[in-house]
Amino acid sequence: MAASGNAARSSRGDVAFYAIVDTAMMAVLLVVLYPLIFVLSSSFSSPSAVMTGRVVLWPVDFSLEGYAAVFRNRDVLTGYVNSVLYMSVGTLLNVAATMIAAYPLSRKDTPLRKTFTFLFAFTMFFSGGLIPNYILMRGLGLIDTFWVMVLPGAIGVWNLIVARTFIQNSIPAELFEAASIDGCSDARYFRAVILPLSKAVIAVIALYYAVGHWNAFFDALIYLNKRALYPLQLFLREVLVANTINPALEIDPELLERKQGMADLLKYSLIVVSTVPMLAVYPFAQKYFVKGAMVGSLKG
Amino acid sequence: MSSRSSFPDQVVEHWQLLAFMALPLAYLIVFKYVPMVGVQIAFRKFTADGGVWGSKWVGFYQFRKFFESYQFARVLPNTIRLSFYNLVAGFPLPIVVALCLNALRSASFRKSVQTIIYVPHFISTVVIVGMILQLLNPRTGVYGTAMMAFTGHQPADILAKAATFPHLYVWSGVWQQMGWNTIIYTAALSTVSLELHEAAQIDGASRFSRVLNVDFPAILPTAVIMLILSSGSILSVGFEKAFLMQNPLNLSTSEVISTYVYKVGLAQGSSDYSYATAIGLFNSLVNMLMLVLVNGIAGRLGHSGLW
Repeated sequence: MAASGNAARSSRGDVAFYAIVDTAMMAVLLVVLYPLIFVLSSSFSSPSAVMTGRVVLWPVDFSLEGYAAVFRNRDVLTGYVNSVLYMSVGTLLNVAATMIAAYPLSRKDTPLRKTFTFLFAFTMFFSGGLIPNYILMRGLGLIDTFWVMVLPGAIGVWNLIVARTFIQNSIPAELFEAASIDGCSDARYFRAVILPLSKAVIAVIALYYAVGHWNAFFDALIYLNKRALYPLQLFLREVLVANTINPALEIDPELLERKQGMADLLKYSLIVVSTVPMLAVYPFAQKYFVKGAMVGSLKG
Repeated sequence: MSSRSSFPDQVVEHWQLLAFMALPLAYLIVFKYVPMVGVQIAFRKFTADGGVWGSKWVGFYQFRKFFESYQFARVLPNTIRLSFYNLVAGFPLPIVVALCLNALRSASFRKSVQTIIYVPHFISTVVIVGMILQLLNPRTGVYGTAMMAFTGHQPADILAKAATFPHLYVWSGVWQQMGWNTIIYTAALSTVSLELHEAAQIDGASRFSRVLNVDFPAILPTAVIMLILSSGSILSVGFEKAFLMQNPLNLSTSEVISTYVYKVGLAQGSSDYSYATAIGLFNSLVNMLMLVLVNGIAGRLGHSGLW
C-alpha cells in the first residue's frame, strides 16, 4: 500500500519533470533555430520586404535578387576560389603532417616519445604571440604568399592528440608485434596497417581542419595585403561588418531606400552563400565531428 | 624488450620512427619555438636594424610602460570582465542542457535538438558578427521591428553603446557554442550504467533525483577539467570577435588585450613591436599562472587535474 502510494507520487512528480524538460529543450531549440531561419528567409525575400522588416519567419515577396547580386560580385568570386584553394591544399597538408607526427607519438617504443609529446603540448599553453610570429613570417618571406595561409598551422596540437589517441586505443599493439615478426618495418607498418585502419580518425581531423580553413580570418588579416589573395572571410568582413555603402552620397530618398534594402538583402544572401558549404557537409559529417570532440576529450 | 635496451640501441632499432618525427619536429621548431625565442624583444627596444638579436636591452621598460599607461586601466578590466562573464554564463548552461537532453524520453526529439544546436559552432566569426549587426539593427533588424511593434517607436541603437557590448558579446557566444559544448558531457553521460538508474528507481527515486544523484556525479569530473581549462584562458578574450564587434562608440568596453596588442603592434602607423610583444607576454604568463593555480586547487579538492 505504502509502496504503491510512493510510486504514484513519484510518477506524478516525473510527469511534471518531463514536462519541464521537454519545454526547456523546445525553448533551446527555438532560440538557436530562429535566427538561422530568419537569415535564410530574409535572403529569399525582396529588398523592400527586408528593408521594412516584414520578414518574420518565412520569405516575403519571394525573390532571388540577393543571390543575383552576390554572384555578380567579383570580390565574392575571388574570395570563394581562394578559400576553396586554401581549404583543400591546407587540409591535405594538415592531414599528412598530423598523421606522420601522430604515428611515432602513438608508439610506446619511440625513443624520446614523452619529450616530443611535451614539446607539442607545451605550445597549447604558451606561444610567441602576435609580433614574434609576424617577424618570423616576414623573415621567411611568407607575407603575401599563398603558403602563409597553410604552412604556419600545418599541425594542430588538438587534432594531433585526437589522432594519436585514436591510434593508441583502437589499433592493438599486438598487431605490430605480429607484423614485426614477419619482418614488417616501422615505416611499412604505418603505410600498410595504421593508415588503412585510421580512416575514421582521418575523416574527423580532415573535417576539423577544413572547417578551420574555411572560417579562418585572423591570419589572412595580418599576413595578407594583396586583395587577389584574400580568402572569402576578409571580403565578408568588408561587406558584413565594415559597411561599405555610404548613404550620404544618395540624394533621392526612394533610391536610397532601395539601395539600403538591397544592401541588407545582399548581406543575408552572402551569409547563406558563405556558410552553406559548411552546413551542407554537416549532416553527413555530424557523427564524425561528435566522435572527434569525444576522442579529444579523453585524457591520454 | 625495448625497455631493457639502452638508449642508443633504441635509436638504432627505431630510427624509422625518429625519421617520421623529423619533419613535424622541424615544423614545430620553426613555427612554434622560434617565435618563443623572439619573445625576447619584449625586453629590448626593437629597431629594424637591430632585429630580434641586436636591438638594445631595456629590461622591464616595456612592461612598466604598459602598467603605467591609461590603456592598462581600461584594457585589463575589459578583458577580465568579458572572460569572467563568459565563464559564468557559458560554463553551467551546457551542463544543464546536456542533463536535460539525456533525460528526454523521445530519442528522435533528442537527436533533432542536438543536430540543430550544434550548427552555430560551424558558422565563422565574421558571419556571426554580421548576423548580430543585421538582426539587432534598431531600424531594419528583428530587434528594431519587434520593438517597433510592441512599443510603437524605434529603439535605441544597442550596437553603438559601450554598456551593452559585454552582453551582446557573451550571449551571442553562448548562442553559438552552448550546443557544441554539451557534447563532452553527453559523452560522459553515456557511460552511466543502466543498473545504477534501475537500482535508484527501485528505491523510489524520482527522475529528477536521479538526475541529481546519478547523472550529475557522473559528469562532475569532466566539468572540473573543463573549468580548469577555461580558467587558463581567463585573460585571453579571442581577438576575432571582439575586433569585429568593435566600433568607435563601444571601445571603452570592447578594447581587450588581444585587440590592443594588434593595434599597437601592427595596425597603427608607428608600430611598436617591443611594446606589443611585452603586453602579449604578460597576457600568456598570467594565463599559465592561472592554469597551474586552478589545477592545483582542483587537485587539493580531490579531483583529478590535468596532469
